[in-house]
This record gives sequence, C-alpha cells and structure tokens, in this order.
Amino acid sequence: MRNAVKEVVSGFYSLIVGMRVTIGQFFKPIVTVQYPHETLKIAPRFRGHIELVLDPATGKPKCFACKLCERACPSDCITVEGAKLEGAKKRSVTAYHLDFTKCSLCGSCVEACRDGAIRFSRDYNLAGWSKEDFIMDLFKRLELEAQAASPEKVDGRAVPGLIAAQDAAHQDKTKTDLK
Amino acid sequence: MTTQETIVSNLADVPRSNGGGVETFVLNVGPQHPATHGVLRVKMTMDGEYVLRAEPVCGYIHRMHEKMGENRTYAQFLPNTSRIDYLSAMTYTHAWAGVVERAAKIQPPPRAEYVRVITSELNRISSHLVWWGAFLLDLGGFTPLLYAFDDREMILDLLERITGARLTYCYYRIGGLYNDVDEEFIEGTRKFVHHMRPRLKMYRELVTENIIFRKRLIDIGPISQEMCRKYGATGPVIRGSGIPYDVRKAEPYSAYPEFDFEIPHFREGDSMARYLVRMEEMAQSLRIIEQALDKLPSGPVMAEKVPRVLKLPAGDYCYAVEAARGRFMVRIVSDNKEIAYRAKLRTPCLSNLSLFEEASQGMLLPDALALMGSLDLVIPDIDR
Ligand code: SF4
Ligand code: SF4
Repeated sequence: MRNAVKEVVSGFYSLIVGMRVTIGQFFKPIVTVQYPHETLKIAPRFRGHIELVLDPATGKPKCFACKLCERACPSDCITVEGAKLEGAKKRSVTAYHLDFTKCSLCGSCVEACRDGAIRFSRDYNLAGWSKEDFIMDLFKRLELEAQAASPEKVDGRAVPGLIAAQDAAHQDKTKTDLK
Repeated sequence: MTTQETIVSNLADVPRSNGGGVETFVLNVGPQHPATHGVLRVKMTMDGEYVLRAEPVCGYIHRMHEKMGENRTYAQFLPNTSRIDYLSAMTYTHAWAGVVERAAKIQPPPRAEYVRVITSELNRISSHLVWWGAFLLDLGGFTPLLYAFDDREMILDLLERITGARLTYCYYRIGGLYNDVDEEFIEGTRKFVHHMRPRLKMYRELVTENIIFRKRLIDIGPISQEMCRKYGATGPVIRGSGIPYDVRKAEPYSAYPEFDFEIPHFREGDSMARYLVRMEEMAQSLRIIEQALDKLPSGPVMAEKVPRVLKLPAGDYCYAVEAARGRFMVRIVSDNKEIAYRAKLRTPCLSNLSLFEEASQGMLLPDALALMGSLDLVIPDIDR
C-alpha cells in the first residue's frame, strides 16, 4: 500500500518536472527558420552539382579534357569531349555533360581534377519537371552564364565582367573557404 | 493491414504462449509503417492482441552494396559507405578507409585520426538523437523529436561546415581526410559539448524519469545474454543485456586507445536498459570529443604517398568499427587488383533484427513495437 502511494506521488512529480521543461521552452528563442522568406547561409564547402571554372587569363574554361574526372566518377555521370584547337598548346573542352540524376555529390571528380577546372556550384533550387532537366550541359551552362553577364561578348575573349559575375556566384565561398 | 481467415505460415511450431483464442490472423507491419523507419515488413501472426510469431521480411531496399564494392576501385566505393547506414555515415566510411589502409599499409597522420574520432563521435550523438526522437514518436510522444532535432541540427551544421554535406558525408579518404578542420569547427564543437550536457539532463527530466514512459519500457522485451550471443547482436542491444562489448575497447582502432571513456552497460536486458545505454553513450561521446579537442595534434591530414592507382596485395583483410548500432565490419579479399575480389559488409542491424522473432513471441503488439524501436533498426543497413 505504502509503495503504491509512493509511486503515485513520485509519478506525479515526474510529470510536473516534465511540464516545467516544456513550459520553460516558451521563454526560449525560436530556432525555426521560415524558409522561403528567410534562408540560411550556405556552408562554405557546400557540395552542389559541379560546374566548369573559367580561366581568368583566357576567358575560356580551364578544363583541357584530360578525362580524369570522368574516370574518377563512381557513377559514370560525366562525359567530356575535347579537341585540339588550332594554335592552342593544350586540348580544350568542347562538350561537358553531367548526368545529375546519377550523381551522388561525392566530390571525387573535383578532387581528381588537378587543375581546379571544376568546382561545386552553389545552386540548390534544382526542382525540375522532367528527367532531362538534370542532364546538364555544363559547357553550355557556362556560355549562357557568360552571355547573361556580358551580352556583347561573342568570340569567347576574356571579359573581365564575366569572370567577376561567375565569381560573384561564389562570392561567399571564396571569402570563407577553408582551404 | 490485412486480415486473413486461413493462415499461410506454418503454425505448427508456434508456441501458444498466450492461449485463449483459437482464431489467429496475419498482420502486416510495414513495409511502410512509421514504427519501422524504412521499408521493413514484419509479418505478424496474431492471436488477438498477442504476437504469436513475428517474421521479418527483408530486402525491400536491397541495393547490392557488396556487389558494388566488387566492381569499382576502393576510392570509388567510399561514397557508398555513407549510404549503408545513413545515420552513421562517418563510422561506416571509417571502416572502409580503415580496411584499405590496413591492407595497403598506409598510416593516416595523427591529426586525421583525431578528427576521425571527433567526427565519428559527433555522428554517433546525432544518430542517437534521431533514434531518441523517433523511438519516442513510436511510443506516442511527439515533442521529444523536436528537441532532438534541434540539437542534431547543431551537429549537422558543424559537420556540413567541414564536409559540405549534411548526411552522406563521405569525409574520410584512404590515408586521411578530404579536408582539414578549421578553428571555427573546433570552437563550434566545444560550444556544442557545453550546450549538450545540460540538454542531456533536460532529456532525463523530460523523458527518462517520466512515469508513463518508464511503465511503458521497464521489463518490456527482455533479451537475454544467451539470445544476444546466439544471434550475434552487438552495440547497445548487447550492452543493454549486460555484456560490455564495444569494438572501441575490444579491438581498439584509430585513436581510441588514447582516450578515457567507459562502456555503459545495464544488466536488465529490457527496453529500458537499451534506452539507458544510448543515453549514457551520448555523455561518453561528449567526453571523448572533449579530450580529442584538447589533444588535437597539428600537422597534415593526408598521408604522404597514397598511390593514385591503389592495388591491395593479395590477401584477406578485416576492419571493424563501433557504429552507432553496433559492430560494423568490412572484409576485403583481394587478388592484387585495383578492384576487390570480394567485399563483405557485416552490418549490425541485421543481427539485431534477427533476434526480434524470438524476443517478441507472446508479447502485446504495442510492446513488440516498443521492443523493435529499442533495437534501433536502420533498414538500408539491414538490406545493404
Ligand atoms: S560528384 Fe561524384 S558522382 Fe557526381 S559527378 Fe562528381 S564524381 Fe560523379
Ligand atoms: S574537369 Fe579537370 S579532370 Fe575533368 S577533364 Fe577537365 S581538366 Fe580533366
């Protein structure tokens, strides 16, 4: 009998302690971020899908189609094609396809590329209507980016504004990158 | 849920532990049931509210990870390891990197080993927090999940900062780490340790001492030591039955021998004991993290001379780690090629699940689900 009473009392007490914790929460700051209205800063090493990097010296992609990234990729997402352009010392990339549907964002490709010709983009709003939306032509993407940045540019010459624009997308990355 | 008049499974050997009704029916729990946290199907032969036989049906999320390990290079398999048990991605990657390092005789630098310990323990806490929230959700308490995810968010932010991912980190590399950690991470981790200790006390007040919760777990789903041995259960399940088996102590790996920590274990063997083991483990992980941060050596995080094309000498290699759910072991048989001849992944959840059939016999259905929750199953880990 006495034990039963003791249990009821201690049981009640445990519930009250729990209530106290809950009530205490009312006076704590709110931690929820109201997503579409507010966004959090992207982490400096955020691994988005990959994108080609422009060479500031030439205004062309740094990539010279060595295909190391293609071989490093565990999921066969990358197809690179390159050609040796007239007068150039190295090969240069002519097509760079990424099948994002298969990509696991592992980063092996970025690590494999010894010249830093690819990096993680900071796009994360990637919803699409069809599977084809995710088969990306990164070479074209770069060209479109270039056009958007400086419409007068036609022949792929160095356009400082364009590089600035591409870097602007990465702004907080370059500022806070840990490497 | 389906009910059937006639029984498909062989009932002849089903013990009638809780007699009474003659009529039995088959109840499907899952494959899409909130209590199983994934696609596990349990075919339960019921006598009223009592479980006569619970038969787990696996394979709904089988992805052939072992086979994948046998058709790609060792480095290429690393991202897969984060996806076997997505809640302890770090520890699983550790096992794979560890076995290759052991075979190729690569010694990761001390800083890398320390960071591996720190991140693995952070990962263990975040995994236990998910379990804690989800387990209480199974038992009918919703709010704890929000508390748990609030704290887990801090860990994910810390790990995202250094790895770039929030769940499937793939942070370790053969011979070291993908990237070094920075001051901000170290400071943040210290802050987190200070933040988490009072939170654990709060969890105790809010849940562990709650009378309703205690009544729901104490003496429910006892698992004997013998049963643990028979099915090869590891992790909090075996420690909840009073066997202090932990790979970090039993087969010390990485930098673990350098830290002072205990292996919490409880003799009772019921669901409450398994619960307490995990709660206590979080405190121990905080202890390890604190020590590792204090002693963190400087230096490189990648071993020198990791060959670009890695061929393991012919042989048979094993490496085991203590994941959040128990012993995870990788075994590689190599025939001196770039690709493993055989890659075997020994995952803890499969063994922990296999004792469910025996342990749940004769239990009430809600108690059986409490038992299943206390096993902390991750289904992709079972199916691989
Ligand atoms: S991130 Fe990984 S999976 Fe994706 S393209 Fe690069 S190597 Fe392939
Ligand atoms: S991105 Fe880098 S690794 Fe890939 S083809 Fe171009 S230069 Fe080679």
